[in-house]
Amino acid sequence: MTAELVRGQNHPLPEARLEIRVSAGTPIVAGATLGDEHGKVHGVEWVAHPGAPTLPGLEVSKQAAADHRLAVDLDALAPSVHRVTVLLALPTTTGGPARFGAVAAPFLAVTGLDGTEVATYTITGLQTETAVVALELYRRQGAWKVRAVGQGYAGGLAELLTDQDLPEARQLAAGIHEAVAHGLARSVAAPPPRVPDAERPRQTPAPALGPDQTHGTGTAPQGAPPHLVGQHAGTAPHDPSADTQPTAPMAGGPVNYTHPGRQTTAPPPPPPTAPPAEPGRPAQPVAGDATGWSMDERLYNQVWGMFEDLARTTAAYRSAVDFAESRMEQELDRVLSDPRSRISGQGDAAREAARAKHAQLVDQARAALDRDLAQLRAEADVVEPALPTAYARWDNPVWHGYQVPMEVPMALRLGDLHLPESDGLRIPMLVRLPLERGLWIDASRSGSGDSFADPGELRRLALDTAVALAARLLAVYPPGEFSVHVLDPAGAGATALAPLTQPGVLAGPPAVGAAGVADVLGRLTQRVDLVQMAVRGGAADALPPGFDTAEQLLIVNDFPHGFDDRAVTQLRYLADEGPAVGVHLMMVADRQDAVAYGPLLDPLWRSLLRLTPTPDDHLADPWVGHAWTYEPSLVPPGSRVLQQVLTQVADARRSWNR
Amino acid sequence: MTKGQAISLQKNDGGSLTAVRMGLGWQAAPRRGLFGSRTREIDLDASAVLFADKQPVDVVFFRHLVSDDGSVRHTGDNLVGGVGAGGDDEAILVDLARVPVHIDQIVFTVNSFTGQTFQEVQNAFCRLVDETNGQELARYTLAGGGQYTAQIMAKVHRAGSGWQMTAIGAPANGRTFQDLMPAILPVL
Repeated sequence: MTAELVRGQNHPLPEARLEIRVSAGTPIVAGATLGDEHGKVHGVEWVAHPGAPTLPGLEVSKQAAADHRLAVDLDALAPSVHRVTVLLALPTTTGGPARFGAVAAPFLAVTGLDGTEVATYTITGLQTETAVVALELYRRQGAWKVRAVGQGYAGGLAELLTDQDLPEARQLAAGIHEAVAHGLARSVAAPPPRVPDAERPRQTPAPALGPDQTHGTGTAPQGAPPHLVGQHAGTAPHDPSADTQPTAPMAGGPVNYTHPGRQTTAPPPPPPTAPPAEPGRPAQPVAGDATGWSMDERLYNQVWGMFEDLARTTAAYRSAVDFAESRMEQELDRVLSDPRSRISGQGDAAREAARAKHAQLVDQARAALDRDLAQLRAEADVVEPALPTAYARWDNPVWHGYQVPMEVPMALRLGDLHLPESDGLRIPMLVRLPLERGLWIDASRSGSGDSFADPGELRRLALDTAVALAARLLAVYPPGEFSVHVLDPAGAGATALAPLTQPGVLAGPPAVGAAGVADVLGRLTQRVDLVQMAVRGGAADALPPGFDTAEQLLIVNDFPHGFDDRAVTQLRYLADEGPAVGVHLMMVADRQDAVAYGPLLDPLWRSLLRLTPTPDDHLADPWVGHAWTYEPSLVPPGSRVLQQVLTQVADARRSWNR
Repeated sequence: MTKGQAISLQKNDGGSLTAVRMGLGWQAAPRRGLFGSRTREIDLDASAVLFADKQPVDVVFFRHLVSDDGSVRHTGDNLVGGVGAGGDDEAILVDLARVPVHIDQIVFTVNSFTGQTFQEVQNAFCRLVDETNGQELARYTLAGGGQYTAQIMAKVHRAGSGWQMTAIGAPANGRTFQDLMPAILPVL
């Protein structure tokens, strides 16, 4: 018989081995603290959380997820433990809900190992809280009981842990969020749905963003140690359902009555179809044969499909080669340890056989990989020329026929991705627009795989990359919908910035000196404040007349030159709050230059998507977590395409302003 | 088909099978007595374990829905059954042509996650279907299957250049595929 607990109620626990199921409908963090007979938590080693998921008798997930299954074995807990406190928290990453009041009431069920529910508890009445003590399991006269607590904390995990008398509460809370952000942030982005299964009301699992989805055979990549976090900033974690159902009503927001399956009134034109394949041969690839409502969406989905296929076929190849190698080593060891092999030529023959088996399997794996690569290459050959400007490389002829667009495209190409095995095959790296997080063009030497000796050269390359990206953004947005500001305090980037400054596509000349920095940051900060207030107050039309509704991009060169403490604080504020209200950062920086600020800036770097001016393998895919080499999309040397495009953009801006 | 029977997955016309689906469907056992509508929820889970030389190298189940190489895909966890109305409530799709070359056996299992034995489950079945034409290759009825919480259903394994399927139908006990590993190893 299941007991449905209300706040404060307790219930005896019949078994020692329990599972606590949590469902919240949105990714949340689950953890647990252990207390002694006075409820005191003695230190960080008494806390199970995503960064340290296993304690004796207790295991929590390493990942923020909409559903959790926490395993508890009360008999295996240390005898000094008298209390297990189960806590939930919202991840602090951008894009997620900011308070429990905005999500469905979290539901918890304490179950036996056979799945029978002992007690359930729905935490209702949460508002601004971002962390909550959900349940307490406690020892009373030798027997264990569960109590529904439901105590929320508006100050989040740090406040919750402080309340438990943990001296290191603040650091621990930061560490937990870091572990969660790391699990989520290393992935490039959530993939688009490949096969939407709308017919059946299936239980979908938590978004498969992090590396911690596999339990069992250990073939899945494990999370890298936390010190790598800064090196591996990826795009913002976001709920894939936001992609699939842009019109889904948000909890707490206004109800949207549009039908999620009917986005346009007219049916989309049929996708191009492939000519029938010759028997025994794969079908000829066709650009845009993925699903979607428009050609742009189809190509976007197709590129993501190619990205996933390349990730997976490479995973198949790597696992086959790994297996062949470990099997050969085992067989060679066996030959070595077998005394019979020392006499006569038996040992040599066995060694030869082991090597031959290895070579055969590797050859087979290579053949399968080559077959798949050939297919993907053929697909890339038809897809690349068909791409619209926003998805196309600068050397694509489509840029020569550039026309100022009337609407914002679905996505933007940030560069190319490839793997060591992919052998010339480049996957366009497409991110959705509007940008979900800022960009960081890493000008440090660690940001480049090869040994560019000259740091000045690297800085110039980084700024070139930034200019190419900013130009691309300006070109793909309709006039008046995208403004670019530049901070160049020492004027060091004047030459590299010339393609933007000369045609006059910037919102104003690059800001110089500390006063210029303070002025631009002040205006953008004020803008974020205004829009936030208007959105929160539900009065979007109350913005001052003449308010520039365009999205804003701030390019920061030479950071932290010319920045005082106030400016740094404003910059961090823009990085945190900006993307939600259309203010984006593009830092062109070497992290070492700002090392004096210490860990204060870690969250800033982590919130940005790190790109490199030279090829560097630091981006992970969301499926298997390969390290992909990123290469920026630069204008070919000697090409005038950038100037031509930006001249057109500048003309359009002028006539639009008139 | 019967236990231990092997069928080749070569098609009659000589072409080899390219895709198979393992389907699992069930309905919860209704309560007897006054509150007949209060059925107990039953959660059956389908899993596929990929072996290379008798070593497990990957597994597809409700926590890991796609094998790393993408060749084996789970359609998603169904916690209560019955929605398929005679069709599959959970399914695992295998693209045989894309299975990595070192994987030589794939074992399909069914577990009762909520702990009910197959005796308590109604209309439970698992089957293997040729995904290209919908033809059923093998079907087991699990309902009334005795005091077991798991079954090792079948395996597909490489034979020559193609694949063969062998029905196993061995009952076992366990909550997830991990519990079944000792029972799976002898049938490889």
